[in-house]
Amino acid sequence: MASTIRVRATSSGDTTEVQALIQHPMDSGFVKDAQGALIPAHFIQQLTFEHNGKTVFVADWGPAVAKDPYVKFSFKGAQKGDDLKIGWVDNKGASDSTTAKIG
Amino acid sequence: MSISLDRSLVTRRLILKGAGAVALIGLGSVSFGIEGALAAANDKYPDDAFKQKSDADAIKSLYGKTAEASDKVKLDAPEIAENGAVVPIAVTTTLEAVTSISFFVSENPNSLAASYVIPEGTLPSVSNRLKMQKTSNVIAIVEAGGKLYSAAKEVKVTVGGCGG
Repeated sequence: MASTIRVRATSSGDTTEVQALIQHPMDSGFVKDAQGALIPAHFIQQLTFEHNGKTVFVADWGPAVAKDPYVKFSFKGAQKGDDLKIGWVDNKGASDSTTAKIG
Repeated sequence: MSISLDRSLVTRRLILKGAGAVALIGLGSVSFGIEGALAAANDKYPDDAFKQKSDADAIKSLYGKTAEASDKVKLDAPEIAENGAVVPIAVTTTLEAVTSISFFVSENPNSLAASYVIPEGTLPSVSNRLKMQKTSNVIAIVEAGGKLYSAAKEVKVTVGGCGG
């Protein structure tokens, strides 16, 4: 099954820049559908990045994060070829995870 | 990846529901270390803070203290957001010992939009995309050395981010 997570992690010297794009509706719970009924809130709550068993970044998200959320950050201490583990959990208890290679 | 326009919300919703159901079934059979990852992160999701309406209440719930404005916090946000549903906001800082970065949109129903944990070794710099319901102040809070620092910018929104 295709992952919902697309990651590009590129390292330059000691610093690795990570860009992640995740497929998710991030419904706020404030929007009505064509029938006038509220579309229930459905959004990623926590997104975690790990390198060598250490958490390098945690995103705590609410429904005000845009649909198909994007995030960019950088961290030190990784090298090309290292693995970066990414996982998310949403407010309905669904989740996804993937491992990306740092390039 | 196709991002469909909201022409036919009912159809899109049905497709998403179906896709969601299939995705969940698929996920059920995969064993992933997400629980381990969350446990290792040792960070509880700040549920209460996300429920607060005002900036002050959200900041208090999230950090338990107040922030002082600082020119060492550089908030990058557009003057005018063409699309309130996707507003690119970024922050970086020269402050040291940063442990957390958060974003608040004052005029949103709930002020706190996103909060990030910055472990040691991670740069104090985050780019993300937020929804803004209408023209509003966007506030970035940086927790560094146990204190809070902030920067704010007004972002004008022409088309609101809540589908209306």
